[in-house]
Amino acid sequence: MNKSIPPALKVENLHKSFGKVEVIKGISMTANKGDVITILGASGSGKSTFLRCINLLETPNSGEVTIGGETIAMKIGKNNNYMPANIKQVERLRSRLSMVFQGFNLWSHMTVLENIIEAPIYVQKESKAKAIKNAKYLLNKVGLSDRSDYYPSHLSGGQQQRVAIARALAMNPDIMLFDEPTSALDPELVGEVLTVMRDLAEEGRTMLVVTHEMSFAKDVSTKTIFLDQGNICEQGCPSDLFTNPKTPEFKKFLTRSFV
Amino acid sequence: MNLIWEYRQQLVDGTLVTIQLALASLIIAILFGLLGAMGKLSSNRIANMMAGIYTTAVRGVPDLVLILLVFYGGQEIINTIGKATDWWKYVEINQFMAGTCTIGVIFGAYYTETFRGAIMAIPKGQIEAGVAVGMNKFLVFRHIIWPQMIRYALPGFSNNWLVQIKTTALVSVIGLQDLVYNAFVAGRSTHLLFIFMFASLVIFLLMTAISDLLLTLLNRKYSKGMVRT
Repeated sequence: MNKSIPPALKVENLHKSFGKVEVIKGISMTANKGDVITILGASGSGKSTFLRCINLLETPNSGEVTIGGETIAMKIGKNNNYMPANIKQVERLRSRLSMVFQGFNLWSHMTVLENIIEAPIYVQKESKAKAIKNAKYLLNKVGLSDRSDYYPSHLSGGQQQRVAIARALAMNPDIMLFDEPTSALDPELVGEVLTVMRDLAEEGRTMLVVTHEMSFAKDVSTKTIFLDQGNICEQGCPSDLFTNPKTPEFKKFLTRSFV
Repeated sequence: MNLIWEYRQQLVDGTLVTIQLALASLIIAILFGLLGAMGKLSSNRIANMMAGIYTTAVRGVPDLVLILLVFYGGQEIINTIGKATDWWKYVEINQFMAGTCTIGVIFGAYYTETFRGAIMAIPKGQIEAGVAVGMNKFLVFRHIIWPQMIRYALPGFSNNWLVQIKTTALVSVIGLQDLVYNAFVAGRSTHLLFIFMFASLVIFLLMTAISDLLLTLLNRKYSKGMVRT
């Protein structure tokens, strides 16, 4: 491995508690450029929380997150809580990580096009013309060119999620975080979103995907992490992992998932 | 009819005072409402408590009592402090200032609840989506919270605003020559009280109807993309 290229993402010994309950119990992981990492686990295993700690939507209680070689500076605040030392740095690094949410979270007062050009214009200070051009290209890519003037409420869930993916892509992010992107969709709409995600994986996008879609994990990801009770229970190449689970927890999880 | 015509200037002047009073107190009320809502939604306990005391106290007292208290008592308090500290000489609070500030502060308490409810109605995920793309707090407020807050606040706001216009009538008690005061004086001196009070009724109705129209248009503008779920 070339030492001069830092990994796209490095997480070291991350802990997170809600009140007295420790949800993440010291997770470390690395993602290199082009990795598609799926994170599996039962409900309550901490997988969404882990993802949300990476872009500091949740503030971890300890641990380090390094994005493209730049570590997010943390400090101990007034009430003894662990917090970002420099919010400007956090905002800058967040714009390098795009997130796609389970509930789409499109801005409902903006049209599809406005949703996509918002952050490029106001966060990345791109020109409006360039942002619109790129947005049209992305809408075409997710198969929604004819919907640019619609409001989110007039789209189906699958369409909304594809817009959300286009919105995330518009930032040209170094890493994309997917937080159960298909879990809120009707079964017949899951396919269209997964197809878009497969295309992104094939393009070589670096992706972290929290999901329940076993086939996506098996066929598309380069690495799978199985979380159990806030710890990494098993990880590795999905073809090995799925055919040859080592821990009883993962075995149990697989049997339940493939019933 | 001729008599109304003779007193038209009084009615016009009174109407202008009422409009000025309503608009000036609206600005104060919106400012207090936003501050109050921020206080109520803040994680800071002191801000929470202060906003709580503000809305509870102000909404729990008759408007008339507060107006009289501020106009007569306020001047005394300010001058007592001035005398004791020698920081300022005799200050006179005029009726317009007293009326504007009091009505503004009173309705700020109602707007506090309207704005708080409106902000709470915005799905948290939309704010997170803004934070997640690297927006700073100001941008999240300006582009995500504010436009949606307006659309959620408009119905309650419209309600409050209509009541606020009508509440301006109370300042005639402290001698401010607003529409009601002037109509009353004209009515008494001509012995045509009914006609002059009816004229003021029509003018009030006109003002509230125009407000209604403008607010409906505003509502239409900010409701784009909104679907009842």
